[in-house]
Amino acid sequence: MPPDETRTGGLPASILEFGEQLRDEGVKVGTSELLDAFAAIGEIDWRSQPRFREALAATLAKSQEDRRVFELVFDRFFFRAVELAAREHDLSETSGGAGAIGGDGELSEQEMEQLRIQIAGALSDGAEGAMRDLARLAIAAFARRQEGSGVIGVDVQRIRRALGLRTEPQPELPPEDPRSEGIPRDALRRFEALLRRELERAQAEKTGNLPASRPLGELDRALPSGPLADLAAVHRVVAQLRRRLATQGMQNRGHRRHAQVDVRRTMRASLQTGGVPVELRFRPRRPKRPEIFVLCDVSTSVTSASVFFLSVLHALHDTFRKMRSFVFIERISEVTDIFEDERDFKAVSERISTDAGVADISGYTDYGRVWSEFLEQVEDELHPRATVIVLGDARTNGRDPRADIFARVAAKAGRTFWLNPEPRLYWNYGDSVIAAYEQYCTAFECWTTPQLEEFVRALTRPVQSAGG
Amino acid sequence: MSVGDPQSVEQLAEGLREVGYLPGESTALVAYLATRLGKPVLVEGPAGVGKTELAKALSRMLGRELVRLQCYEGLDEAKALYEWNYRKQLLRIQTEADDAGWQAVQDDIFGEEFLLARPLLRAIASEEPVVLLIDEIDKTDQEFEAMLLEVLSDFQISIPELGRVDARTQPVVLLTSNNSRELTEALKRRCLYLWLDYPEAEHELAIVRLHAPDLSDTVAARLVEIVGMVRELDLKKPPSIAESIDWARALLLLGADEIDGEVFRETMSVIVKHRTDMEVVAERVGLKLGAPADAA
Repeated sequence: MPPDETRTGGLPASILEFGEQLRDEGVKVGTSELLDAFAAIGEIDWRSQPRFREALAATLAKSQEDRRVFELVFDRFFFRAVELAAREHDLSETSGGAGAIGGDGELSEQEMEQLRIQIAGALSDGAEGAMRDLARLAIAAFARRQEGSGVIGVDVQRIRRALGLRTEPQPELPPEDPRSEGIPRDALRRFEALLRRELERAQAEKTGNLPASRPLGELDRALPSGPLADLAAVHRVVAQLRRRLATQGMQNRGHRRHAQVDVRRTMRASLQTGGVPVELRFRPRRPKRPEIFVLCDVSTSVTSASVFFLSVLHALHDTFRKMRSFVFIERISEVTDIFEDERDFKAVSERISTDAGVADISGYTDYGRVWSEFLEQVEDELHPRATVIVLGDARTNGRDPRADIFARVAAKAGRTFWLNPEPRLYWNYGDSVIAAYEQYCTAFECWTTPQLEEFVRALTRPVQSAGG
Repeated sequence: MSVGDPQSVEQLAEGLREVGYLPGESTALVAYLATRLGKPVLVEGPAGVGKTELAKALSRMLGRELVRLQCYEGLDEAKALYEWNYRKQLLRIQTEADDAGWQAVQDDIFGEEFLLARPLLRAIASEEPVVLLIDEIDKTDQEFEAMLLEVLSDFQISIPELGRVDARTQPVVLLTSNNSRELTEALKRRCLYLWLDYPEAEHELAIVRLHAPDLSDTVAARLVEIVGMVRELDLKKPPSIAESIDWARALLLLGADEIDGEVFRETMSVIVKHRTDMEVVAERVGLKLGAPADAA
């Protein structure tokens, strides 16, 4: 909604309207936050734009992600307000002084060159305020020369190139040109960010929508896959999961009611207080930890997800009492040792792909054979407290799924989970036979971090609370 | 509000600078709002960007005592709020003459004398205004967070046997979090939010210069530039400001007047703390520095 209706309400109404827009974009803004925002604005000089923005951000946007949305909405909202005011006062120039250099119509080549040098100068000095204005100018100038591509990233690079901004020195330029020594990388990045922001804003202005209705955080998107490029992301996810599980474990241990008094230690402690048992000592409650058998498909279609998943489980190793992992394509092969020797994710995946010897002839997954081999190897060890986890896409390549053997595995184990790295939408299409297995186990969709987290939570919770 | 409180954002920023903390624009603003509005501040950001340091600097600047509650898994009320001093109570009962009535004894042993004040109660009950730092709140469990709500919004603590303890003075409260767990909405609602990130190059340069004033300008600038480069790599633990400062001091001790490939390889371990990270950094940055053409 444009802020037309709120013109009469002045600043308070504008802020309320702004809060409303934030809510529409999924930021949780409550009445108390708005009250805080008003209180904060009362304390500062709100005529200074960065302060006004920071004060609102500190009270309204309470996470980094919210902050990103906040920035976009803030720009869109108050930019429009300015536009509107300008129109009311019948000003002809539309945005930030674009007419100052070129007047109307084409910029001459000389003026372009002047703009280039000006921008390069501002970048070398690292003057933030000037950079912002110049970014607007640059966009305005280039909008007149050529049509935007519609893709913001492309436009940013196009403008940067046209301005001749590079980090490496350009000795062919005259020495008084700041570009001749190369632009500081840092400043260039900031300038690009500003360009991007301004372009995004222009786009938001044109379409009336935010570029993405709900910008996703880096980790929300999908599990790291592809050629192991996202190593750092993997470690982040693992570290986070571990932390979260740790606190969650505490929740379950928090119930003191069932704690057992340790008589021996209580008596011993009572000696300190003259034989009066003032402090009760409890038996430490050891959470029942599940025994876990993991079966991972490592055929090419799901490799990265599997290895990632295995490494997550092994990172959580101390949460489980015992853990054995197998990888399979056509046959299965135990890889528990590899994880115990190797701490490095990359080394693990390399060793799995070279040592495991799981591909036999065709290189296509053969679930039937996998089940029977698995049952053969671990049949004696499966018991009602054991958990079997299968990670795979359940694509049999047309072979017999042998759900009957899988049913026997599931019957022997206490719990059986299936993690499918494909979105639920694709299940049971083509050669995916997950429906055949799903009746014997709990199947999880698992291709984003929150989903994985949910699974790990499900995996750790019931057993702990059932413990006595 | 005591007399020493800053009256403007500039004054607060200046004050922080005087005690050796260089605040960014938003940091100063949010800290100022916190002192004015009496609201807790939730400070989030990567490890080592000065979250805890901010609290310390605020306490130095405002001339207030810093009460610190370090959170960890399993932290409970007894460690955070208060605890009854059982042993002392017991002694009291034993020394009491036998004919003292139950009521008298009870009134007696549940008095403030037998209360062991833990950080939160100390902060609330303090005669002088304090700065309360609740460090790494994300490491506690959600129940603890819920317990904090009363303290943070009303600055009071209810002790069943004693009644309510209200804050005599308004503490400045900072909560820090490494973002390893999502905090509850209820807690966030009561706080101002401040995201501290790695500073921009010039800001970081100023910080390094402040903490290692003897380091030559060129080395300091080079150092900040290299740290920036290292942060761009995909590392398990990117170097923080604390590590930049450590490195600056290390270079100072070694008397290095330039950071070349050699010096970098020798002192790299100050800023990079993982074996796998070291390999990546040595490969990417070390090579770049080792190149003879790179004299800038």
